[in-house]
Order: sequence, then C-alpha cells, then structure tokens
Amino acid sequence: MNKPVKQHLIDPEICIRCYTCEMTCPLGAIHHDDNNVVVDAEACDFCMDCIPVCPTGSIDEWRVVATPYSMDDQFSWDELPGQDDLGLDEAATSVEALDDAMAALLADAHKGAGGKARAPATAAKPSVNMYNLGKPAIARVQGNYSLTDDPGHDVRHIILDLGATPFPVLEGQSIGIIPPGADENGNPHLPRLYSISSPRDGERPNFNNLSLTVKREENGLCSNYVCDLKPGDEVRITGPFGATFLMPDDPQARLLMICTGTGSAPMRAFTMRRQRTVGGKSGGMTMFFGARAPESLPYFGPLKKVPQDLLDQHLVYSRLEGEPKEYVQDRIVQEQDKVADLLLDPKTHIYICGLRGMEDGVDRAFASIAESLGEQWVALRDVMREEGRYHVETY
Amino acid sequence: MLDLINVSYDTQIPNNVGLSSDKRVLKALEKWHPGYINWWNDLIPDNFQQSLVYLRTAVSVDPKGWAKFDYVKMPEYRWGVLLAPEVEDRRIPCGEHAGEPAWQEVPGEYRNLLKRLIVIQGDTEPASVEQQRFLALSAPSLYDMRNLFQVNVEEGRHLWAMVYLLHKYFGRDGREEADDLLRRSSGSEEAPRMLGAFNEETPDWLSFFMFTYFTDRDGKMQLESLAQSGFDPLSRTCRFMLTEEAHHMFVGETGVGRTIQKTCEVMNEHGIEDPYDIDKIRSYGVIDLPTIQKKLNLHYTLSLDLFGQEVSTNAANAFNAGIKGRYQEHRLDDDHMLKNDTYTVWDLEDGKVVRKDVPALTAINMRLRDDYTRDASGGVGRWNKIIEKAGIQFELKLPHESFHRQIGVFSGHNFNPDGVLVSGAEYDEGVKNWLPTHADGDYIQSLMKPVYEPGQYASWIAAPKVGIDNKPGDFEYVKLHMA
Repeated sequence: MNKPVKQHLIDPEICIRCYTCEMTCPLGAIHHDDNNVVVDAEACDFCMDCIPVCPTGSIDEWRVVATPYSMDDQFSWDELPGQDDLGLDEAATSVEALDDAMAALLADAHKGAGGKARAPATAAKPSVNMYNLGKPAIARVQGNYSLTDDPGHDVRHIILDLGATPFPVLEGQSIGIIPPGADENGNPHLPRLYSISSPRDGERPNFNNLSLTVKREENGLCSNYVCDLKPGDEVRITGPFGATFLMPDDPQARLLMICTGTGSAPMRAFTMRRQRTVGGKSGGMTMFFGARAPESLPYFGPLKKVPQDLLDQHLVYSRLEGEPKEYVQDRIVQEQDKVADLLLDPKTHIYICGLRGMEDGVDRAFASIAESLGEQWVALRDVMREEGRYHVETY
Repeated sequence: MLDLINVSYDTQIPNNVGLSSDKRVLKALEKWHPGYINWWNDLIPDNFQQSLVYLRTAVSVDPKGWAKFDYVKMPEYRWGVLLAPEVEDRRIPCGEHAGEPAWQEVPGEYRNLLKRLIVIQGDTEPASVEQQRFLALSAPSLYDMRNLFQVNVEEGRHLWAMVYLLHKYFGRDGREEADDLLRRSSGSEEAPRMLGAFNEETPDWLSFFMFTYFTDRDGKMQLESLAQSGFDPLSRTCRFMLTEEAHHMFVGETGVGRTIQKTCEVMNEHGIEDPYDIDKIRSYGVIDLPTIQKKLNLHYTLSLDLFGQEVSTNAANAFNAGIKGRYQEHRLDDDHMLKNDTYTVWDLEDGKVVRKDVPALTAINMRLRDDYTRDASGGVGRWNKIIEKAGIQFELKLPHESFHRQIGVFSGHNFNPDGVLVSGAEYDEGVKNWLPTHADGDYIQSLMKPVYEPGQYASWIAAPKVGIDNKPGDFEYVKLHMA
C-alpha cells in the first residue's frame, strides 16, 4: 500500500456552486462541471486561500486516503465519502496538521493515550495549517512576562499580536514558531510547537492576540529565542495545528485536567474559555497541577483567583522543604472518591499534558481507582478515547 | 507606500484606495456619510440596531482577510470602500477596444453609459435592504436573523462601493446621483427604486429566501458582467462584491433547502405520501411543496424580467464599448468582439414561439439570461435531491421562460408554466395553481412567528447542517437587545 496522503475535498451536499473558491485559488486547482466543484489533488498545495472565502464551510473537508480520489470520482459524488479506517498510525492517518513534520510531532505527543486520538463530539471545528514554513504569519510580541520565581526554572508568558492577520485558534491547539537563522546545512530551522494558553477570542477578548507558555531550556535554540523576545519584536509563526486535543463545547461536560509545568498552557485556555462563557454554571473542571514548589508553578498567582465552583484545584509540589515529595498521581489516588465519580460519568473528558513520562504515573493511579470500582482501566480508557474523552499530549 | 491590500482605518471610512490622500473624494464621501447613517438608522427597527450581531467584516481584500467574524452593532459596522487588487497590465476584455490597456479613468465617450450602469446597480443595493426591513421581527431563528443582517450590511456596503465610483470619477453629476440613491425608496409613490422587482415588499421569509436565490442571482450575473468591464475601477469593485454576493446565494439556496427538508421530514413523520394533500401537510405547520413551487415560479419569472429585452441595442453598445462583458468573458473562446457570430433567442411569430438566430452582439442580455437560468437550475436540482432522499414523489421545476413575463417578447401573452400559449380564460383558471394566491400568502404569513432562543427553529424550517464560521448549533448569533 502507498503511504496515505491527505486530500482536500468539498462537501457536495453543502456547497452551493458559487465558484468563489475556484476564482480565488492561485493554482487553478479547483474545477467544476454541471454537478460538482472539486479539488485536483495533484495541484492543491494546501495554501488555504479558498477556506475563508467559502460562504458555506463546505470547502473545509479533509480525508486521509491511500489513493487520492480523482476529479472524475469527485464529479460523480452526491455526498462526501466518510474517512476510511487506514489503521492506527496517527501521524499517517489523521488530519491534526497537513505538513508531515508537524503531524509527526503531534502524533508522538499523543502516544500516551494508547491509541488514535479523537476530538470530543461537541468540539468546535478547528482550522488547521493556515500558515506554513513557506508562507508563515507574522506576529508582533505584545508582552513577555516571567511566570515563575525560580532561576533554574524560567517560564514565560508570551503574548503575540496578530494585527490584521486572521489566525483562528481553539483552546488546546498549538502554533509553530520559526526560530531565526539557519541550521548547519544552511536550511531554515523547522518550526517548534507550542501550546496556546489563551482562549479562542484572544488573550484579551476580541483582540486578535494569543498567548503561549514557554519554559527556557538549557541550550534550547527556540525556547531561548522565545524567552528573550522583547515587545515589538516580529515572530514568524505557522499553524494552527491540532484537531483532537480540544475542549467540548457542551457546558455540562466535566473536565478533569492533569498537568505539569508548561503543560498548564491548554488548561489555562480551557479555564478562561469557560470563565468567559458559562462561568460556574458549567459541569465543572477539576485540575491536578504538579510543580516543584509554588515559585516554579506557572500562573500560581492568577490561579488563586479562579473560583472553586469553576475550577477545583489541586496544586501538588514535589520539592517543598520539610514535606514528603508529592506528585500528581499521589494526589489523584488520595482524592480517589472524587476521581472515581468522574471516571464513571460519561460526561467526563480527561486531559493530560506535560513532560513525557508523566502519563505513566497517572495511568497507574487511574488503574488502581478503576480496579476498586471493578472496572478494567485499559478498556475504560479505550472507550473514553474512542468517544473523544481521553486526551494526552506529552513531550 | 500605499497599502492596497489591507484596509486602512485612518479615515472615518475604511478603505483600500488610499482615501486619506485623496482629499476631494474623502470630503465628498464624508459629506454623504451622515445621510447614509440616517437612512440606515431610520430603516431597521431600533432594538435590532442595538443588538450585537455576529457578522463578518473584511479586514483586507486578500483571501485570508476578508472574512473576519465578530459581534458588532449594525450601525457600527465598518462599511467601507474595498476594491479587489489591481491586476497588472489588465486589458479590455471585449468589444471594439479589446486588447487595449484597461481604462483607469472614465473614457469621455462612454461617460453617460457608464454612469447609468453604476447608478442602476447602486439603486438595487439599498432597495433590497428596504424591502427586507421588517423581516427580523419574524425571524425563524437567531441564525437566520444573523444571515439576514449580514446580507443587509453587505448590500449597504455595495451601495458604498457604487457611491465611491460616482464620487471619484463623475464629479458633480456623480455626487447628485449618489444623493438620489438615498432619496429614492423602495415602494415609494414619488421616488420609487428604478427597477420594478425592487419596489415589492418582501413579506415573509420564504419570499426572502426565494429573493436571495433568484433575484440576488440576477445581481450576481450583472456583477459578473461588470467585473469584465474595461473600466478597471468598476471591474475591481465588482470582483470584490462578488465574494460577498456568494453569501447571499448561500442564504437563498440553504433557506429554501431547509424549508423543503422540514416539509419532507414532517410528511414522513406523519406518513403523508401525497405531496398534494395540502391541508393535512399544512396542519403540521410546514409549507407544502406545491406552494413552494408556486413561490419559485413567481420569483424566477420576476427575476427574468430584470435582464431586459432579449434583443437590445443598449446591451450591444455596452459590450461593444468594452464597458460590460459577458459572464466569464475570459473563459470564452471567441474573438470577444462578436463581429460575425449569431445567438439563438426566443421570438414570437404569428402567435407562435420560435427560436431564431440574431446577431450575437444584440443578444447579450439573452445570453446572460441563459447563463443565469443554467446557474439557477443547479440549486433546483439540489433541492430535488432533498425530496428524493426523503422518498417523496415530487419534483420542483423552473417554469418555461415565457410564463408570467412583463418584459420582453413574451410580455402581454398568456403562457402556462410549460410554455404553451393559452387563452385568457384558461390562464385565469390555471393561475391559482401556478402562482401564490392570497390564501397561500396568508398561510405562509401565519407561520411567521419569531424564534429568538439560540439553537431553536420555527416549525417550518430545519436547522442548518453547518454553522456560520464553524459555530456549534446553539451559538447565539444575535445577542438581542430587549430593552
């Protein structure tokens, strides 16, 4: 079998044949006959120029296919075929990102979920890959604030202003940042992925900006570049990326969020989204957030102001003087009644984000709680994941 | 350097034409602006003016920038002057000047012809907002209300686009014409709008959907042919307007489609197989398919009249002058001058309908109308697929072009929807089955009850398959001001 490819398609049941996309396409990749408007898979380079001009939304359709549908196939359709199941290799068979390098990074980050990631049933539809390495968006740094008070653990809150550039994001998505300069072969550096930590309507509501949570890594090419950015600096960004690590739009959904360090970025976005929309009238959110100490826990100050009925917080520290080391999984076991109630509720969505390896401890904690309920954790987890309710992003 | 892609907000009027350095036109537009705002404010009921509507606004004219969505109060919508980017070395596409560089200024010999075309186009834009002014009071959902307002503000912007051309290129005459665009008013006795179809009130939502499907599609075809103009500023203006016009087509096609969908669902739910069992179907609060066919007959035929006479010297002159092209002129493979070509048109000879070849140059209107009919029949086919999928035996059809015409060779004669000439008595007997009756209108009116709960829809229409801007089903498209 050929390596599966991503194909851009148009939903013939939604399309009204206005041909605006055809007139807009810079490559002439869109054609029509008396029946349908179709995309030539050989010509389309995913530039996305056609996406915003479509009045119906019918054009934002993607399938991963072993062999691309021909134009004749597409001309004959009355409805769009579903996604064939091409196997479990997420990097090759999902549409989290259209360029292969980004898709591979995200698939790797999602590995800890034990199977192919799926979006929550009620999640909003994400835009993916509007900008890429060849055609990045330019953002301007609006602010760069220190989030920690620990010299060995410098975490920064970076605010990027997109100005008049449309850059629609959802909570849980990531963007790529292109570090300036070139590698030893003279090629431009590949973008590095960072989770967005602000909600969809902007760090400040209705300002076209977004925020990131970035930790300075020793010798890290991109993280040092980002952590040293000054207000006014221009940054080249790609994305947005990610189509499964998203929050449900159902306000009654219950969110269980487990994170460490900069893994708090998407959790902050989720929390702010709920805060700005439904507030305490939601199904509620529970967070287990691990750090070495309060000084190295990003957003420690702002978190204390979030009301309990919106966000039930468990801040867990592993390096408090005079205290035994405590990790998120320890606290989860300690709070097992609360967690058990969540695990059994079909409205619960679980999100795990942080350093690679944290999911193992969390997994064991869930397994022991599930066992006490007479449930098989792996089976329960697989059901949740298939229903878009179990999400892991670790790196 | 002048930024011709991004919209500049350094004047009161957003634009990408460098208004801030064009003091004369800026001054003229700023003088016109208060009159426009008054017109708008007097038009739409006040509580809707105060409501926050989830609208798209263009922040630039390149593909990624022209659809930015946000909540905005309509009077604060950024109406602006937006032209598609200039195409380098663009040439006049048709007529006796074909191949010469496109005009950046008005050619003196065609000044009046051009002005008239711009004024007629400009006159239809505010007219449709006037026709639709009360519809929000009976909106079947917040989603539909938002779509109505999006159509309205964009028609308003299209008026701006035409007024800019009048101010910029036609001096004092142009300013007077621009003022008259606000003086005339749809349905007015003293100063009606210029075209007949734009003086009828849009009484209900099915009429609105039919209007946006059929009549706005005439507008689309006119814009398509003006987008081919050798007068480059007009071409660029119309090209950008077309991207907005597509949304109006969308509202019409999906509005009628959702109405049909709901009727079919309700028929199946109650085991009604006969689409002509009208009383029973209506007892469930939906619009029966035969009535939808009658509405279609009415709006299609009214819209055909907007194309004018089949054989027209005015149209020939405009084409020959390179002022107005044909639909997708650049894709046509001929001399673009129509020196020796012929085109087949309808005619009446001794009371018989005949097809006749005439010089293609004189048949420009007929050709555009044929392109229109082809374009319009596509959506009818897609509506029929909804009916077919529901397993109901019924097919919607475009009536014959001779039916119910007031302009052109067929006017003054009685044709039935199949294109058969019938006697006056036969016509009077048949017309109640061909065009909506007062009773049909009253029934439709009785369904026009507003539904203002997010995610809820009136009894006669199905929810859309996809939200605007990918929004979920219960999204609050309009935050109503209820004071």
